[in-house]
Amino acid sequence: MGPSTGGRARLSGMQKQVLSLYRGFLRAARSKPPEDRRQIESFVSAEFRRNSKQVDRKNFIYIEYLLRRGKKQLEQLNSPDTVGLSSMNVTFSENPKN
Amino acid sequence: MATGLLRRGAISTAKISSLTSKFIPSRLQATAAAVAEAKPVEQPTDPSKPQHLKTFQIYRWNPDNPTKPELKNYDVDLNKCGPMVLDALIKIKNEIDPTLTFRRSCREGICGSCAMNIDGCNGLACLTKIDKSGPPSMINPLPHMFVIKDLVVDMTNFYNQYKSIEPWLKRKNPPPVKGKEILQTKKDRAKLDGMYECILCACCSTSCPSYWWNPESYLGPAALLQANRWIMDSRDEYTKERLDAVNDEYKLYRCHTILNCARACPKGLNPGKQIQNIKKLERS
Repeated sequence: MGPSTGGRARLSGMQKQVLSLYRGFLRAARSKPPEDRRQIESFVSAEFRRNSKQVDRKNFIYIEYLLRRGKKQLEQLNSPDTVGLSSMNVTFSENPKN
Repeated sequence: MATGLLRRGAISTAKISSLTSKFIPSRLQATAAAVAEAKPVEQPTDPSKPQHLKTFQIYRWNPDNPTKPELKNYDVDLNKCGPMVLDALIKIKNEIDPTLTFRRSCREGICGSCAMNIDGCNGLACLTKIDKSGPPSMINPLPHMFVIKDLVVDMTNFYNQYKSIEPWLKRKNPPPVKGKEILQTKKDRAKLDGMYECILCACCSTSCPSYWWNPESYLGPAALLQANRWIMDSRDEYTKERLDAVNDEYKLYRCHTILNCARACPKGLNPGKQIQNIKKLERS
């Protein structure tokens, strides 16, 4: 999020929340087996990087929504019966009638 | 777009818990097939009957297309629609805009899924009659709740508060007759009237100004009513512990008897009165 000005950029409260969520995910990944851990880390970082590019940094409603969703996902990832993350593609048909 | 899914260890893939932006709304929203089954109750259609159009202004926000939330207008012919707001919503979803998202299940006020803010009052869409005359009806999600999509709100905090009051029978002694129920006199049973009917629709809590300002620390009328339900149960032996658990400046005493809860409750209960009962017991 936001351009970093080489040195230490001053972060807004929301940017701090995003970074702490990211740290939370990395910490949760550490408790999983090495292979899953690498997979979780690459997935999480890809997701954060994608959103950092795509999401308008003034779209606070959406960023807050993503933060809440991320917190919920982190909670589930922290539970011991969760071994990893996987992804799937979901496409919705535009056709309203069925 | 790739989205994340959690993979569970011992559980088969059929039980994969979904938690993606694509997945959560699709699970919450009524699928098109399910809605087709739940046809709104159509009134006998008389071809000679003229159209009676009514405008519904419905709150729309979709996380997959993150723009500002907006009110969208839909015109529904009331002569071809059931009498309740839920009938109109299902009709809109079936015939006008299949992307409209809301929770609904029993359509008779027993599941509490379709709680929303209709014309400024919290209520169940299935128990609220459409105002046949008058200005356009405005339908919003429950106030001061985080929106997941359109009229669907995040109830996690509300359910966690309900969980925190331990809503189950707790005993110190085994039942009087081993392997049998614990019996209760009719008088003791009558004490639960006005509480056991609660369906946890969250209409009361989300209409309470105290709950708006302290949604995390104040338990809210719904959870406190449930707490009183277990405190008053003659079979429960943890009454004192339960009273101590809620005896907190925030958890209980943020109730200032505003009584919006009693006004909002679609089941006609009075959570405010039950909270007063807890406060009374705390003092004795």
